Amino acid sequence: MNPAFSANPLTDLSRLLQYPFMVNALQAGTIVAVIAALVGWFVVLRRESFICHTLSVMSFPGASGAALAGLPLASGYFVFAVGGALAIAFGSRVGGRRSATQESAVVGTVGAVALALGFLFLSLYGGILESVETLLFGSFLGITRGQVETLLIVSLLAGLVLAGVGRPLFYASVDERTARADGVPVRALSVVFLVLLGLAVAAIAQIVGVLLTFALLVAPAATAQLLTVRLRLSLALAVAIAVVETWAALTLSYFTNVALGFAITTIALVLYGCARAIRELRR
Amino acid sequence: MFALPFVRNALLAGSLIAVASGLLGYFIVLRAQVFAGDALSHVAFTGALAAAAAGVDLRIGLFAATVLMALLFAALGERARADDVTIGVVFAWILGLGVLFLDLFNASSSGGSGIVGARALFGSIFGLSIGEATLAAAIAVVVIAAILAIARPLLFVSLDPAVAIARGVPARLLGTVFLVLVGADAAEATQAVGALLLLGLLAAPAGTAHRLTANPYLGMALSAGVALASVWIGIALSYRIAALPPSSAIVLVAGGFYLAALAAPSRPVAGVLRWMR
Repeated sequence: MNPAFSANPLTDLSRLLQYPFMVNALQAGTIVAVIAALVGWFVVLRRESFICHTLSVMSFPGASGAALAGLPLASGYFVFAVGGALAIAFGSRVGGRRSATQESAVVGTVGAVALALGFLFLSLYGGILESVETLLFGSFLGITRGQVETLLIVSLLAGLVLAGVGRPLFYASVDERTARADGVPVRALSVVFLVLLGLAVAAIAQIVGVLLTFALLVAPAATAQLLTVRLRLSLALAVAIAVVETWAALTLSYFTNVALGFAITTIALVLYGCARAIRELRR
Repeated sequence: MFALPFVRNALLAGSLIAVASGLLGYFIVLRAQVFAGDALSHVAFTGALAAAAAGVDLRIGLFAATVLMALLFAALGERARADDVTIGVVFAWILGLGVLFLDLFNASSSGGSGIVGARALFGSIFGLSIGEATLAAAIAVVVIAAILAIARPLLFVSLDPAVAIARGVPARLLGTVFLVLVGADAAEATQAVGALLLLGLLAAPAGTAHRLTANPYLGMALSAGVALASVWIGIALSYRIAALPPSSAIVLVAGGFYLAALAAPSRPVAGVLRWMR
């Protein structure tokens, strides 16, 4: 089954929606895109892309550990993502002052150790864990109703927390020293944000895979922040870009059989490249 | 254990890759460029898959991909240091490209992709032939020699870029050469410890060294030493415990060193030196 685009977009749309798996994929994709863009907006603002990538890598030991222990895969994702977030939050603050040097070493080590554990669990388990590639790159087309519902709940929760801490978090992210002097609990906020990021990433990685979570979290927000400095506008723009990206990639991959991960990341890169070019031209 | 050829090959390649990664890692951590190193090691995965899809030697794909990407990262950033958002977006696309090649490879040959994929991702140090091990060792020696040759100016530029540039140190060139060296190391180490685990050898020993001493030359030596010890202990452990894959063992040992260093009082080496005087 590999239908070509027809001349009429409405026909295409109805063909796209005639399969339940496509409907699930589109719903899950939309939820993922919205929450990824919102959380990712803060990731880009706080320059925490590397941490974000490392937390998405946590799903690998999460999934293989859960399979080994005989637990539902989702529980492993969440446990490892939150554990990784806490390890990074506390590890990079050992010895008092926050230093970029120590933080990057801690984040890198946490990521590498997570992968090493994942590989160990996988070889203990005996290897028949779907396949490693599905784990790493996800499979949008095998999403169940249950997964969509879990995703929706986690996303709503993450959205609520983000709405609650959004204002002080923004203050602390933009000007940490002044915020601290103003009595904003900067350290607590950064831990809360990392845990939130871990949860969101775990939810997203179950859908799009470990390695590509990143494309949806960072790229739309980075593109939006390049295009405008107005807060609400760039937040809204990030969400819009992420949603459009996901829909376009799902449609493209449905009609042309191009791997979904390639479609999403290519669209993300092209948009980001355009935004950079536009900003250069404006100068 | 040392009588077995595959263990000797593993030790030969592993030791030199460890020293190279330990030295490079010291600068990567100093310059807070661990993310770039991580991205380069993932790029190696895409390179390996591209080579597999095209049916050429794996190593050509590995080196072409990592060195090109290192040049790109250097070109994209100020003073050859790309910021993490740029790295992130480019790097996500490279992974997407990896998926595409995986698909192509799956289509062209039935089965086997899981093995190439898993080998590129996690390496198989016990699977190296004597020829592969010697080549890996030779390339690691070149990388070690190169990093030692540029160590002094690179240190200067990393610690105080403004003054170094004012003194005429070619910061941009050094940054580029450094990233290319990291790329070459990533390509090399991919075969031994795997694309995803190389990060363990780059970040953990260097993090340990930075935590223990502020003296750069002592730090470099310590970083290389910790990496070397991790590889040896890791290989010995996984030789004893059949279920423990060597890549995992090496990275877990390196992570253990870092954890111990974080738990230790800060800069203990300086403390001991002060006490001895």
